Amino acid sequence: MPSDHPPTPADEFEHERVPDRALKGPGSFWGMYAGEHTAGTEFMIGPLFVAYGVGAGDLICGLLLGNLAAVLTWRHLTTPIAMRLRVTLYHKLESICGRRLATLYNFANGLLFCFLAGAMVTVSATAVGVPFPDVRMPGFSDIMPTGAAWSAVVLAIGAAMTWVAVKGYGVVARVANYAAPWMFLVFVACALVTLPKLESHELSAIWTGVPLEGKPKIGFWGVFFFAWFCNAAMHLGMSDLSVLRYARNASSGWAPAAGMFLGHCIAWICASLLYACQLQKFGAGASVAPGPMVYDAVGVAGLICIVIAGWTTANPTIYRAGLAFQGVMPHVSRQAATITAGIVCTIAGLFPAFAMKLLDFVGIYGMVLAPVGAIIVVDIWFARRLGIAVNPALAAGASFNRAAFLAWTLPAALGFWAVRRFEMPLPTYATLPVWIASGLLYIVLSKSIGPKPCIR
Amino acid sequence: MMKATALTLGILCLLGTIVPPALVLAGMMDNAPMKLAMLVSTVVWFVTAPLWMTAR
Repeated sequence: MPSDHPPTPADEFEHERVPDRALKGPGSFWGMYAGEHTAGTEFMIGPLFVAYGVGAGDLICGLLLGNLAAVLTWRHLTTPIAMRLRVTLYHKLESICGRRLATLYNFANGLLFCFLAGAMVTVSATAVGVPFPDVRMPGFSDIMPTGAAWSAVVLAIGAAMTWVAVKGYGVVARVANYAAPWMFLVFVACALVTLPKLESHELSAIWTGVPLEGKPKIGFWGVFFFAWFCNAAMHLGMSDLSVLRYARNASSGWAPAAGMFLGHCIAWICASLLYACQLQKFGAGASVAPGPMVYDAVGVAGLICIVIAGWTTANPTIYRAGLAFQGVMPHVSRQAATITAGIVCTIAGLFPAFAMKLLDFVGIYGMVLAPVGAIIVVDIWFARRLGIAVNPALAAGASFNRAAFLAWTLPAALGFWAVRRFEMPLPTYATLPVWIASGLLYIVLSKSIGPKPCIR
Repeated sequence: MMKATALTLGILCLLGTIVPPALVLAGMMDNAPMKLAMLVSTVVWFVTAPLWMTAR
């Protein structure tokens, strides 16, 4: 699932190149990616594949190839750019887009981070709510809060996560490191325990290929595009410049493979087994709430896993959202900005819609944020050859690059329209065309309305 | 010495997290002791992991 990286390393050298003495070897990245892509929301994504009627062959091939494509994108697109620039995405965006447009991107980024963290709070609440019979667990069709008890649990979790994020993320980052190997094994344990409970072990009886009522059907391409682009903001969108700028060797770019194949491949399959078992037992009315499913499979250890997986991913996300909001409102303190982000995230967590429509939300997240990566690619690799200014906003002293703004927003808006117009099952189908269109449009617009360098 | 003990316990905890479910799959263990073994392994893992991971 889409996760945000603990911002530990990114807190340094925010406005300068990472010096050689601060570079890190590949070992620093493998564990981090493995932990961060095994989040609480993986328990939600696996069942959603089952609900969307993915067949067994489509699921396995789609996950293997889609995650491979994601890793290759990280390795051959994000890492070379990160190593060449060695600055954060925000720093680079300011040079291309200008301060005001970079602020707008920050706001969109912060808001989407909040909704993503909200989905993690929702998933955690299904675990914390298990001991309380008054908590009605949300189902696929639930959009609004399911009751007062549910709301109380979400508010308590949201408040706790916000409080920890305000205090800093050091402890959470350490717990995330400690939890990573154990958490992955709990996912596998869920699958092992679930297998004997299945009424039929035929692959076609587990991943039936038939969607639940009201859900669109996806097959190989749906899984492939989702696996590739669920983290589009991080690789195509260059958000991971903040992390990979520390890479000493290009081989660090292979590290996301740990997160993709352990978290996004094995964990999703394990989580989908849990829901398939529920479906075999209870039919279409089966509960999709991760908490009760995991508790039924492996007991309290599973509930702890969901809470820790959600907490360790949501906390840096809230922290990052706070930083993004602070970028929008520089006069506000970091604590106040983090509390604002925490409140927005908690309110989002009250509404199960974000978790229950996670595949759609993650697609939207990528489509909104990824296009700026295409603009960066053009600026770095093609601008000189095409006669376009490099770092145009910086060179011209502009605070708002209209060419970059239009190249970012028009293809994204067109992508949203196309998803609706052509009834695409998931927004991730449109991510790549939107990204390419952004790059091409930026080239055309830069020549016509882009800021021109000051002549001194 | 402390680090080595913690590391050994940590490895045992990871085994305690995955072996009982495998035994359930093989029909050699019931669900209740499996859940208890996983919970104990979880608690001990989080106690010992900081001792050897931090010292690394």
